[in-house]
Amino acid sequence: MKFTCFHLMPYRPLDLEAAKNYRSSWVVLPNSMYDPKKGAAEYDSYLDQLVYAEKLGFDVIGVNEHHQTAYGMMPAPNLIASALIQRTKSVKIAILGRALPIVGNPINIAEEFAMLDVLSKGRIIAGFVRGIGAEYHASGVNPAFSHERFHEAHDLIVKAWTTPGPFEFEGTHYRYRYVNLWPRPYQSPHPPIWIPSMGSRETIEWASVPERKYPFLVTFSSETAVVRYLNMYREVAQTHGYTASGSQLGWAVPVYVAETDARARQEAKAGIETLFNNFLSMPWEMLLPPGYTSIPSLKATMKIRTSLGGARNHTIDELIGNGTAVIGSPRTVLEKIERVRDQTGVENLITMLQFGVMPDELAVRNMELFASEVMPKLR
Amino acid sequence: MPDDRLTTRGVAVRVQRGGTGSPALFLHGAGGWPAWLPFFEQLSRRFALTVPEHPCFGGSDDPQWMRDVADLAMYYLDLLETAYSSPVHVIGHSLGGWVAAAAATRNCRRFASLTLLAPAGLRVKGVPPGDNFIWSPEEAARNRFYDQRLAEAALAAPPPSEQQLDIDLRTRFAAVKFGWEPRWLDPALEKWLHRIIVPTHVVWGRDDKILPSAYARLWGERVPGAQVSMVEACGHSPHIERCDIVTEKVLGFLERVPR
Repeated sequence: MKFTCFHLMPYRPLDLEAAKNYRSSWVVLPNSMYDPKKGAAEYDSYLDQLVYAEKLGFDVIGVNEHHQTAYGMMPAPNLIASALIQRTKSVKIAILGRALPIVGNPINIAEEFAMLDVLSKGRIIAGFVRGIGAEYHASGVNPAFSHERFHEAHDLIVKAWTTPGPFEFEGTHYRYRYVNLWPRPYQSPHPPIWIPSMGSRETIEWASVPERKYPFLVTFSSETAVVRYLNMYREVAQTHGYTASGSQLGWAVPVYVAETDARARQEAKAGIETLFNNFLSMPWEMLLPPGYTSIPSLKATMKIRTSLGGARNHTIDELIGNGTAVIGSPRTVLEKIERVRDQTGVENLITMLQFGVMPDELAVRNMELFASEVMPKLR
Repeated sequence: MPDDRLTTRGVAVRVQRGGTGSPALFLHGAGGWPAWLPFFEQLSRRFALTVPEHPCFGGSDDPQWMRDVADLAMYYLDLLETAYSSPVHVIGHSLGGWVAAAAATRNCRRFASLTLLAPAGLRVKGVPPGDNFIWSPEEAARNRFYDQRLAEAALAAPPPSEQQLDIDLRTRFAAVKFGWEPRWLDPALEKWLHRIIVPTHVVWGRDDKILPSAYARLWGERVPGAQVSMVEACGHSPHIERCDIVTEKVLGFLERVPR
C-alpha cells in the first residue's frame, strides 16, 4: 500500500455557532468571519504538518482546491504545492485536484503543473476533478456543461503536455490558435493523473479506459459505497478488456489513531463532527446543482449517500459505524483498512489526519501513531 | 394529458392546444410546462392557443446541439414559419418571455404582437435577480408567490411519481442549461430591443422575488412603444397568481392590436 497524507486546511477559528445562521459554510458564509492573522497561523501549522509527513515516511503529501469556503483554505492549491516543494526533498506532492471545468483557460493549469513538476524535479501528481457542486455557485460556470468542459480541458492539458507545440486547439468550450507550453513537464510523458471523485459511473467509465487507466480515488463515503465504487472500477476495467491493478484504486478517508478505541473516539469527536456538520454540510441545491451529474447518477447518489447533504447532526458513532471515518486503536484502524483492502484490492490510501477543529497537538500525534503503528503493517 | 406533439425541423415538442381564432403561442418559464391553466382557458375563448413545452424540457426532445437561449429563439422562429401561415400573438413568461423577445429582435415578420410576463433576459445593474438555483424547494415556492396560500398549496402537493420525477429533473436540468450563466441574462439583448417593431406589452408582478419588477421599466424604455402593466400584490407568475386581472389586461391589449 502507498500512503498519502492529505490536508484540507480548514479554517478552525471559525465561529461555529454564528456560521450556523447561514445555509452553508460555503459560498454564502460572509468572509468578514475570516481573520487573516489567524489564517496565517493556520497556514503555518498545516504546512508544518505536511512537511513532517515526509519525515514520517508517507509516500505522498496532498492538498486540494475549494473556493469561497471555511472548509478548506486553498482556492489556489498550486501555491501551497509550490511552498511544499521548497521545504521537502523527495516526497511526492499531489494536488487533488484542480477543478478543470471552472477555469476560463485550462492552459493556465497545464502551465502551472508543468512549472511545479520542473521545480520539484518530477514529484508532482496531478489530480483532476470537476469540483463539487458548490464550486459552480462560486465560479458561476454552468454545471450543465461541467462534464463537457472537464473532458475538453483534460484533453487540452494532456495534449499540451505531450504534443510538441505550437499547435492549434479547436474545442467547443476552449479554442486556441497557439498552444506551446514553456516550460514542459519534468516527468515523461507527463505527471501521473489521479481522479478523486465522490463516485459516479460516468467518472469511473471515463477514468478506467485503457488509454488512461487513471487511479480513481473515492472520497468521503461509507464503507459500503467505497467498496461498491472501487469494485465498479474493477468491473468496468474488465469490460474494457483488462484487470485493474490495486494501484489504480484509492480511498480517501479521515483516520484517527490513539492508544485505545475509547481515547481515539474522545479525541476525534470534535474534529470529525465539525468536519461533517459545520464545514462540509450544504443543501442538495448547492451540492448537486442540476446538470452536475446525469439524472440516473443524481438519483442513485441521492439514494446511497448518507454522509453528505443537508444534515447537520452526524455523530462520531454513526460515522465510525458506516465506515466514513476510521477511528480507533492501531489494531482497530488496521483491521478496518485491511477489511476494505480485502474487499477491493485498494493500494492507495489517502489519509486525512487533521480534520475539522482538531488541534495541532492531536493532529501531529495522530500522524505519528498512524505512521509508526499502522502504516508499516500495511506496506 | 394526450400526447400531442409538434415537430419542427426534426425536433418534437409536447403541445397543448385549445380554442379557435387568430393563432396565439404561449412560451413557458423555466419552472416547466404548465398544465392547462385558467389563463389558457380564457385566452382560448378568443384565440387558437398553442402551448408547447420547450425543447430540452420535461418530455420534449432533448437535442444536444441546442445550448442556449439564442438556439431556442431560432427554433421558435422556425416553428413560427413552419407551423403557421399568418402572424402569431406570442406570449412568453419568464424564460419564455426572454426567448420570445430574443426571437423578435432577430425577425418580427411572424409576430402579430408580443406579450411578456415577467420576462428574463435583461438586468438592471445593482438589482440582482433572486438566486432560485440555491433556494430549497420551500424557499422556491414561497418566493414564487406573493400570496403565501398559493405557496403552501404547492408545497402540500403529493410527491411526484417516478415518471414525473424524471420529467421534473429534465426540466430542472434544462433550466440550468439556459439560465445559469450569466444568470437569466443575455448581456447583448438590451442593445437590440429596438428591433422589436410589433405591439409589445410587458406585464409584471410588483412583488416579484425572482425577477424584480424594477426590470419592467427597462423593458418599457428599450422596446419601442411598449406598454407596461404593473400588477399589485403579485409575484413572479402573474398569469397564475392574478389570473383575472392579467387576463383582462392581456386580452385588452390584444384587442387593440391593429389587424
